[in-house]
Amino acid sequence: MRGSFQTRTIKWSMHYGVLLVYVAVALFPLYWLVKVSITPDDILYKQGTDLLPSKLSFEHYATVIGKSDFLLFFRNSIIVSGITAIASTILAMASGYAFSRFAFKGKFWIVGLMLVTQMFPLVIVITPIFSIFGTLGLTNSLTGLIIIYTAFNIPFATFLMQSFFDGIPKDLEEAAMIDGATRFKAFVQIIAPLTLPGIVATAGFCFTGAWGEILFALLLNSSASASTFPVGLLLYSTRATIEYGPMMAAGVLALIPVCIFFFLIQRYLVQGLTAGAVKG
Amino acid sequence: MASIAINGVRKDYGAVPVLKGVDLAIDSGEFVVLVGPSGCGKSTLLRIIAGLEDLSAGEIRIGDMRVNELAPRDRDIAMVFQSYALYPHMSVRDNMSYSLKLKRTPAERIAEAVKRAGDKLGLEALQDRKPRALSGGQRQRVAMGRAIVRNPKAFLFDEPLSNLDARLREQMRFEIRKLHRDIGATSVYVTHDQIEAMTMSDRIVAMNGGIIQQVGAPLELYDNPANIFVAGFIGSPAMNFIKARAVREDNRIALYVGATKLLGMPAPDRLPDNGEVIAGVRPERIGLLPSSEAGVAATVELVEPTGVATVVHADIAGQQLKLFTTERLQLDVHQPVSLTIRPADVCLFDPISGERLRVPR
Ligand SMILES: Nc1ncnc2c1ncn2[C@@H]1O[C@H](COP(=O)(O)OP(=O)(O)OP(=O)(O)O)[C@@H](O)[C@H]1O
Ligand SMILES: [Mg+2]
Repeated sequence: MRGSFQTRTIKWSMHYGVLLVYVAVALFPLYWLVKVSITPDDILYKQGTDLLPSKLSFEHYATVIGKSDFLLFFRNSIIVSGITAIASTILAMASGYAFSRFAFKGKFWIVGLMLVTQMFPLVIVITPIFSIFGTLGLTNSLTGLIIIYTAFNIPFATFLMQSFFDGIPKDLEEAAMIDGATRFKAFVQIIAPLTLPGIVATAGFCFTGAWGEILFALLLNSSASASTFPVGLLLYSTRATIEYGPMMAAGVLALIPVCIFFFLIQRYLVQGLTAGAVKG
Repeated sequence: MASIAINGVRKDYGAVPVLKGVDLAIDSGEFVVLVGPSGCGKSTLLRIIAGLEDLSAGEIRIGDMRVNELAPRDRDIAMVFQSYALYPHMSVRDNMSYSLKLKRTPAERIAEAVKRAGDKLGLEALQDRKPRALSGGQRQRVAMGRAIVRNPKAFLFDEPLSNLDARLREQMRFEIRKLHRDIGATSVYVTHDQIEAMTMSDRIVAMNGGIIQQVGAPLELYDNPANIFVAGFIGSPAMNFIKARAVREDNRIALYVGATKLLGMPAPDRLPDNGEVIAGVRPERIGLLPSSEAGVAATVELVEPTGVATVVHADIAGQQLKLFTTERLQLDVHQPVSLTIRPADVCLFDPISGERLRVPR
């Protein structure tokens, strides 16, 4: 029963009406970010609540890029997030594969332990980490951040990768192994290409997590040379003023790599690469 | 091409024994079918031969070599999976050449081998397709092609036809046999379909509960089953099992069903003390006369014409029998008929152990 033309139209409008409201609400902060970033300082406060500024200018972008350490922060963030994403994903692929394919002693307890690490807030471990890293000389260093981010990403990334490997029939690598491949070769040539969407999703998850992280970045790295851009954003808010314009401009710039990243990977995220593997 | 020897193979999953001591020698070039009900350990045995599963005890030899410790890739065997397990991101050509590439075969030799296998299987036009763009039957052929390009020591098949429809299955049955005749490679073929087992094999290995029940040529298992499991598993419609009482008369016995005397026959070499036996008769070996003439009195319960033959369900003293006749008889339900069974067509079984009670010749 599809109903009459009228009821269908009403249903259709309601579907899209609801979706529209949702999208508008979700995107509004983003819109505001962009709007403020291109509003010149002189009218920023006068027309603060207008939906559209009467004048546009890119002066804040010039300030951010030309007169601040933003490019340095940006570079730091790229290094930290990029290496974190790569390292976490590779490690999670290895451990996720092991969890998915092998039965071994202590598996239950390792999985349990990894779940436990996900249960309490990270704030709890900041002090011990700070003192340990201080002794090891890992404060004020990008390496320190990479280690922490990678360590905290691995449990979840592992479960994520495991679920992707679980979706690949075991027959495939067994067939490859009978065809003459080592397990590692079967993994690289057969399993990895098929889990590419999952690998990319996991990398994306780790990348964005590290990209936006501020707590450890702020506490461990106090020198500007090792700051990531979320810490840099805070510099625009001093005790006396908040420089909204440059702050928002920096925010918009910070979104760009993430947007590019997701633009590049989106086709992998939606693709079902395993179609046709078995039966059908 | 090589022989395969399976010596005392046992496999336990934790405390659960799945294979309980399997011994089997497969000759070079032989086509052996492992058949048995679901869960009897056929796939496990095949995977142990392939090296995909460790064994708990025993030994596997391929050719002259003990392969227990060898990885699957070093055993030089090919396997066709029930799921086909085609590499979904590779074209048909790449699927078939994968194993040769791993062996660093020169490109021309690969192209030649793939072409030869493709021609044999009718895959010429599909070489550049991905598996998802193939029908089930075509995927099955690609899986076969992937196995034959390699020229391995042996082929292993794990229910390769069970995902195909009946017509295609029949055709592939024929083609696999033909391929075997052309290539002559040692093959171990797992199925739970006794028709596949009967029609394809040089020898059938009937398994149940992790134990080999009988090994032999198809008709040997059919005519001369070692126990009640094999008798009931091989053949469709299945063998009739009649609970009977054997009364000894010198070196002969008379079989009674209730008060009805079924037949007299030479006594087997042993009989249970109480005389209770199970008499097995193939449906097509029971003769039917449409009146109560000579023979055993029975009544018709149900008539199922299949076209080729008619399956008649009859009742002898409260026990159901199926019989099979190619004559077009006019039969009514509840009609009294008489059945004739030749003593030579009766297999006697011990009702407790299920073992065959052999009649000396
Ligand atoms: N990894 C495993 N862990 C525990 N038990 C297993 C495992 N694999 C198989 N089994 C058990 O071993 C027995 C034999 O399995 P197997 O797959 O060999 O059966 P099969 O004869 O091939 O049956 P089918 O016709 O259904 O394929 C089954 O009872 C199964 O439950
Ligand atoms: Mg099986």
